[in-house]
Amino acid sequence: MGGPIDAKESYLAAAAAQADRLPGNAHSWLRQLRGRARERFADAGFPTTRDEAWRYTNLAALTRQAFAPAQPDIGAVTNDTLRAASFDLPAHRLVFVGGRYQAALSDPPKSDGVVFAGSLADAMARAPEQLQSYLGEIGTVEIGALAALNTAFLNDGAFLHLAAKTVLERPIHLIHFAALNAMSVPRTLVVAGEESCATIVEHFVGFDGPVYFCNALTEIALAARAKLTYYRVQEESAQSFHVGGVHVRQARDSEFVSNAVDLGGLLVRNDLRTVLAEGATCALNGLYSVSGRQHVDNHTVIEHAAPRSTSRELYKGVLDGRARAVFNGRVLVHPDAQQTDAQQTNNNLLLSDDAEVDTKPELEIYADDVKCAHGATVGQLDPNQLYYLRTRAVDDATARDLLTFAFANDVLRRFKLVPLRAELDRRLMARLLRGRVIREVELV
Amino acid sequence: MLVIENLHATVDGKEILKGIDLQVDAGEVHAIMGPNGSGKSTLAHVLAGRDGYQVTAGSIMYLGKDLLALSTEERAREGIFLGFQYPVEISGVSNIYLLKAALNAIRKHRGEEELDAMDFLTLVKDKMKLVEMPEEFIYRAVNEGFSGGERKRNEILQMTVLEPRMALLDETDSGLDIDALKVVANGVNALRGPDRAMILVTHYQRLLNYVVPDRVHVLAHGRIAKSGGKELAHELEKQGYGWIENEARV
Repeated sequence: MGGPIDAKESYLAAAAAQADRLPGNAHSWLRQLRGRARERFADAGFPTTRDEAWRYTNLAALTRQAFAPAQPDIGAVTNDTLRAASFDLPAHRLVFVGGRYQAALSDPPKSDGVVFAGSLADAMARAPEQLQSYLGEIGTVEIGALAALNTAFLNDGAFLHLAAKTVLERPIHLIHFAALNAMSVPRTLVVAGEESCATIVEHFVGFDGPVYFCNALTEIALAARAKLTYYRVQEESAQSFHVGGVHVRQARDSEFVSNAVDLGGLLVRNDLRTVLAEGATCALNGLYSVSGRQHVDNHTVIEHAAPRSTSRELYKGVLDGRARAVFNGRVLVHPDAQQTDAQQTNNNLLLSDDAEVDTKPELEIYADDVKCAHGATVGQLDPNQLYYLRTRAVDDATARDLLTFAFANDVLRRFKLVPLRAELDRRLMARLLRGRVIREVELV
Repeated sequence: MLVIENLHATVDGKEILKGIDLQVDAGEVHAIMGPNGSGKSTLAHVLAGRDGYQVTAGSIMYLGKDLLALSTEERAREGIFLGFQYPVEISGVSNIYLLKAALNAIRKHRGEEELDAMDFLTLVKDKMKLVEMPEEFIYRAVNEGFSGGERKRNEILQMTVLEPRMALLDETDSGLDIDALKVVANGVNALRGPDRAMILVTHYQRLLNYVVPDRVHVLAHGRIAKSGGKELAHELEKQGYGWIENEARV
């Protein structure tokens, strides 16, 4: 084939070729959903830096090639590689390779009519009516071209369903292994019934080696008074592309906590969006630690759609080398969303002169009785703090480590899942402190 | 213990200290007073080793060693403690963590065993009573959300835990109400001893009602303009600094 590769056309052709073989095709709504997604992607194509939401993130490196869709038979993952790549959490485990559920590697909770956690393809075949009002409805294909691309290939993923008043004692740990040299489209749907309560961990990992593209989409529906803590840890390989959408719909008085950590990937873009009904609350915590030539872009949207909802957002980044980060936090307060209480903070620590951050709060407030605050900082280690620590006998290198780690730890200490936090502490120390360890991580 | 000779120092290229001579012996408490801008705080930071505070002439000998050859942290390990006028906030690092890191760095330097967690906690709780600090404070981030008075108490707590040979308190009394001032004074008095020296940098005589100094020096225009006993502080309280500044100009 001569000339430049037209990635968009290649993906469209591949999606069209697969369309008849995808699970759940017997259901017209699923067929139509994928069809709409193909059309949407055909119209929009990959975003470019001319799109305001993509101004600082250039996908040219991604669209220079067209990855083949991940194939069902990927056998590289065993229990040993699993253990090495992910965390050992006291949790139910669901493993996906190239977006496909791996029953042999998984340890899901028993399906008892109250809880279901398993393969989305399975659910498409057995109980599609449980999916129909959610799948593609929360993270609609209209939201963005990449969500549309994921949906055009929608074939499997994770489906978690909690009946009303279900309290899950053990967290659910989803491990997504990307397929090498391919595009994976992991998909997760969480439907949490009224007053249910759960903790979910999504962990994205990839092996070093050939470049790959992980295009993940997670949809979460919280019914009234449901409580969900959602951890998302992105540790793709150093050469990979990761695009992740998390779309949340929060009913009355529901509580959503998102704890997102980005450590891996070469080019990473996350879109996190939640819509809050009356009295709902959300806390979005994020930490990104990047170096070398890594690029990580976090776009968040919090929609206060009804009165008396509360949002707290804290994203912090540590950048070294020539790394680049983007933070764009949009807070939208609808006209009738009186007594909205929103706070947003983005702080960035630059450890090198060549690292760069673009941070932008976007507050759109159409109600008058609201409390909205935001703040953003980009800076280096504070010389006054360094001096203070040194006058307390702490040597310069340790003082720098301590302040760097403390900066990041400000996010991690909010994580209530202690074994996960301990794993993240270790990873962060390995990255930020080049393996030096701050004893007694319990700094605060 | 401390011998300063003809000390000249610049900050941002501007000469602030213009020939300081001062000797402080073990067991003594010296007060350094003077109007704003006279160089009091600069002297304290030069002794502690702040970056950007350039010594252009003179010498400082501390326990027979050349102090200027030591880094900030080495000075701290050798027993120098600076109580800050404006202690910084360090979010993400608890007081207890900092205290333990500091104390163990000093003990290690002295060739002593590091304290285990239990002994350390007992020690800190004991000292907290002295400065009338509620226990929960040690688990909070360093100075985060602390009032001015709480920050100063925290400095005194650190000092009493670290037991320095030479304590420099930079305007620790400023901005304190009378109760907090007494707490600070108690902490300082409790630490007075034959092996230890202290320099109290202060604008006002107030603190010296509770901590009686052996010597009082008045700094003006980067030099010690006058030295005397504790009665000099009373005189300054009555007459202000004007007469000394005028004398110094002559």
